[in-house]
Amino acid sequence: MLISEQKPFEEILGYLNGDKNIFLIGCKGCAEGWGSGGERQVAEMGGRLQEQGKTITGSVVVDMLCDSALTRLKLRTYKREIAAADSLLVLTDGAGVQTVAELANKVVHPGCNTLSSGGAHAEWKEAERCLECGDCMLEFTGGICPIARCSKHLLNGPCGGSQGGKCEVDPDIPCVWQEIVDQLARLGQLDKLERLVKPKNWSVSLISGPPVKRYP
Amino acid sequence: MKTKSNLERVLEAGQFAVTGELGPPQSADAEVIRKKAKILKDHVDACNITDGQTAVVRMASWAACSIGKEEGLDPIVQMTCRDRNRIALQMDILGISALGLNNMLCLTGDHQKFGNHPMAKGVYDLDSIQFVKMVKDMRDERKFQCGEEMTTEPRLFIGAAANPFADPFEIRAARLAKKVAAGADFIQTQIIYNVDKFGEWMKMVRDRGLHEQVKILAGVAPIKSVGAAKYMKTRVPGMDVPDSVVTRLQGVPKEQVSGEGVKLCIDIINQLREIEGVAGIHVMAIEWEEVVPEILETAGLLPRPKFTP
Repeated sequence: MLISEQKPFEEILGYLNGDKNIFLIGCKGCAEGWGSGGERQVAEMGGRLQEQGKTITGSVVVDMLCDSALTRLKLRTYKREIAAADSLLVLTDGAGVQTVAELANKVVHPGCNTLSSGGAHAEWKEAERCLECGDCMLEFTGGICPIARCSKHLLNGPCGGSQGGKCEVDPDIPCVWQEIVDQLARLGQLDKLERLVKPKNWSVSLISGPPVKRYP
Repeated sequence: MKTKSNLERVLEAGQFAVTGELGPPQSADAEVIRKKAKILKDHVDACNITDGQTAVVRMASWAACSIGKEEGLDPIVQMTCRDRNRIALQMDILGISALGLNNMLCLTGDHQKFGNHPMAKGVYDLDSIQFVKMVKDMRDERKFQCGEEMTTEPRLFIGAAANPFADPFEIRAARLAKKVAAGADFIQTQIIYNVDKFGEWMKMVRDRGLHEQVKILAGVAPIKSVGAAKYMKTRVPGMDVPDSVVTRLQGVPKEQVSGEGVKLCIDIINQLREIEGVAGIHVMAIEWEEVVPEILETAGLLPRPKFTP
């Protein structure tokens, strides 16, 4: 069970700045369990965004968003609504956001912070997807997590050791920043790399914060 | 002048700058530092002292820099995010300035996996760009990273690294732009053997006008043996050693290889000086410091400019 809570609404609005048409995605698994991105929260978020002048092109709440086969099928049924959106807002944990980012070929905004895996990991087994850092950075990185997958947790771009798409630490590890740059290039969002990402708040992280369970 | 750095003074005077590099010992022996400092001091404008390079435990850079300063160097403290969180970094920054050291090179650091303590916990609280910004805010805004103010600010000439040979190549100038925006005063590059590729990178840098906002020192290093060239080509992350370099060294009798390596280094320096926007060179002859005077003499870069303090 991945435990997540919604980011502050102002932060989400900041992410959506410049995007008029939004497609909303939630998850009936963990996010519904924790009240961060189930049916109700997705409907509420739609209402709040409309009050701010946004148009919701559609929404879907997938049974298990981290199950990429299932999510691919679901997203296909909403092809038109997704195509009509400037970006997708995903209300769930880091694993679910990254499933959508990989499948949708659209700008994906994270609407939640992942606080804990509650001892287990999500259904997406092929790589580390979420380190439960509590301060989700996927907004800046094309929906691919450098906290979980960069050897140095870099937030402002690749280090000097990235060559041929491989991490300097181990040639079997892909350089996640190469993947991020490729993804941002595909989305026409390379300008995101020009922005200085500020030092991260590690105090909300299970890696560095106090060793307590944080159930919102 | 932002600082009392000799390097800043040389660059501000529009002179082509020369920095050197010194590796501290894997021991508490101060004599090693003094000996190397004596070789380098009259031949370089400032000298980097590495901070646990390749993640091997060595004498702390700031401590070795303090010894180097006694010997007459203008040391450049190297500092990495690998071993220090933002608290430790800021404490060291204050101490470094209080010791009268004037320059700092802000690095992310070689990953701990490469060193002699691969089981160590890496810190990486900040990345190098956030680190540069923090030093800049401490110096120019008198502010700690948390926003609190201080009474006496650290006066450091701020350096950062750039690797024109890493991937993705197309965003390397953008990454440099970020370091400049964060507050870097000077840049030292990865060792250059592929001058053509470096030239391409410099073009991207000039297209953004970055060479006018930051002083770029091009990295060079003499190669001692064919084995060393092959090792750098295949085993050192972020290096680009063209086949022509290996072939050139292989083309001379064994006893002349190191001499050919020195000549190659001088040839590269001469090519780099012709590239618009290159403000100086950074000579990394680690464990071969004694060859530096010869390289600089032949390249016509001696004597170094002197300023009355």
